[in-house]
Amino acid sequence: MSDHEYTPTSKAGKWFNDRLPLLTLANHLTDYPTPKNLNYWWTFGGILTFCLITQIVTGLTLAMHYIAHADMAFESVEHIMRDVNYGWLIRYIHANGASMFFLAVYIHIFRSLFYGSYKAPREIIWIIGIIIYLLMMAAAFMGYVLPWGQMSFWGATVITNLFSAIPLVGEGIVTWLWGGYSVDNPTLTRFFTLHYLIPFLILGLVVLHIWALHVPGNNNPVGIDVKKPSKDTVPFHPYIVIKDTFALLMFMIVFAFFVFYTPNILGHADNYIEADPLVTPAHIVPEWYLLPFYAILRSVPDKLLGVIAMLSAILILAALPWLDTSKIRSAVFRPLYKQFYWILVADVLILGYVGAMPAEGLYLLVARVATAYYFLHFLVILPVLGLKEKTLPIPLSITEPILGGTANLATARNKESSIK
Amino acid sequence: MKNFLRILSLVILFLATPLSSYAAEKVEYLKTDWSFKGLFGKFDRGALQRGYQVYTEVCASCHSMKYLSYRNLSEKGGPEFTEQQAKAIAASFDVTDGPNSDGEMFTRPGKLSDKFVMPYENVKAAQAANGGAYPPDMSVLVKARGGGVDYIYSLLQGYEDPPVGITLDEGVHYNKYMYGNKIKMSNPLSDGLIEYSDGTNATVEQMSKDVTTFLMWTAEPHLETRHQMGFKAIVYLIILTILVYFSMKRIWSRVETKV
Repeated sequence: MSDHEYTPTSKAGKWFNDRLPLLTLANHLTDYPTPKNLNYWWTFGGILTFCLITQIVTGLTLAMHYIAHADMAFESVEHIMRDVNYGWLIRYIHANGASMFFLAVYIHIFRSLFYGSYKAPREIIWIIGIIIYLLMMAAAFMGYVLPWGQMSFWGATVITNLFSAIPLVGEGIVTWLWGGYSVDNPTLTRFFTLHYLIPFLILGLVVLHIWALHVPGNNNPVGIDVKKPSKDTVPFHPYIVIKDTFALLMFMIVFAFFVFYTPNILGHADNYIEADPLVTPAHIVPEWYLLPFYAILRSVPDKLLGVIAMLSAILILAALPWLDTSKIRSAVFRPLYKQFYWILVADVLILGYVGAMPAEGLYLLVARVATAYYFLHFLVILPVLGLKEKTLPIPLSITEPILGGTANLATARNKESSIK
Repeated sequence: MKNFLRILSLVILFLATPLSSYAAEKVEYLKTDWSFKGLFGKFDRGALQRGYQVYTEVCASCHSMKYLSYRNLSEKGGPEFTEQQAKAIAASFDVTDGPNSDGEMFTRPGKLSDKFVMPYENVKAAQAANGGAYPPDMSVLVKARGGGVDYIYSLLQGYEDPPVGITLDEGVHYNKYMYGNKIKMSNPLSDGLIEYSDGTNATVEQMSKDVTTFLMWTAEPHLETRHQMGFKAIVYLIILTILVYFSMKRIWSRVETKV
């Protein structure tokens, strides 16, 4: 992995490292040459690692006190909130942590979209990322079911019922998922088991995600390949470590504000009502981070097609490295793509908004237009744009735009265009 | 560009019209100054103790409070009755216990460790006694309603004669803050309904505020600790962030890139 051979200085270190090269790995991680122009949008990778660890640690603690039983789950959560030492703190960190995790992951994904980080040679990093995102959604959904409140129960009912749209075997699959003929205790216990398992799968995939990243190295705001190590890079430690720490601390301030001052604002009030299979809530809404996909699901009149549309909306991202035909990575040098990028951001926000509203009248119309545009962006705009767009000249190195150009700039550019 | 802006403003106008009408349908809740809001928000001890009195003398005849124990009444951050007072409160309730060594259930006076005694044996009994409607458990009621404390506070003062054209079934009452305006609970409060032990004038407004404060505490018994800890945590994080910022500046001064 590292470009240079590493030899520990101490004899014991060398003995150990020859047998298990952990010290070589540590050396690689600290020396890892990182483009020095990474902006703060790049700090969210570290923030996400923090989020994952926080969720695992708080989750393990909660699992020691939680009881996965339809008759006791709600009560055990109240027991955690009232009688477990700092149980309220651990639960609020875990519940808000899920939201913070998604906030960070959306920024991380949209950063990748803006700077073209998914393009060659980083397709595998991107696809692993999409799988992590899918697993996150599964974990979050099942976690929301565990308190066994009204939204837990009815959210679980609505989402699992989606599988009934599958022709022929759909109903059978739903019964299999539920472990019975309705969402009940068997559903709760299996959701708890899977909710406990998935974070560790995510952890494994995160290791692969970082490993795959360390092969080509980081993309950067300019989007050009950098020589490593060179004048354009800095070692990961201490430069990136300190910068990530600074960004993480700012993120933690926002996080702490939610946990200590508005811990329930991101949840739904109905989830403090114990699950009742006989009473359906007026509006069943998922957590905020799933709303855009919920809007896409509801915008299609046919159930099966709606489910297909919702799944495609996520899976289409995996094909992105091949849908985007432009060779230029960073939107900084793609004037048209930059505009379409911001329209897509607005489109997803609109989808999230209408996802929270009742699916009727104007909301439904807006949801349909926004859904159509979402797919249009990926299936038509991106492939065509890559072929038609007139991009701006890209610099030859990171140092160049920072230093504001050198005397050789014009000749360098001429040389570049003649190579093309 | 001009055309684009014109279209955009039209679209926004188009979107905003139904949104504002949607917002107009929402009722404005009555507002009052809650002592527990804000960075340093704390409960008003007097309001909590009076609120407990309203709960126990009015609400508790129908509404359970199943996640609370009598010991909570003397714990820090709550009404903070003395332990003697809490013991006396607990002892004033009959608790079913058992089975004893003869295999019989028996009743005894309540202890601090007992949960609040339920007004009904079970949900069915509660429904039967209340015209089919189940009086919801009040432990987390404030967190289980969209409007939170403002909603509960308003609802208690929202009983009115129904507007012309609305007919109510037997046992249904009109409340302008209730979802759908129809409520099975009859107006529970009236001026001077109870006599506060601290001599406060028991107006409907006063009782509503006190009992809602009490319900906020039952839903969030650690609210005061949370606010205090939150302030310390955030101040600590801000100081640490500033220190790390200067360390970062120092470290990055070795390269010419700005951070």
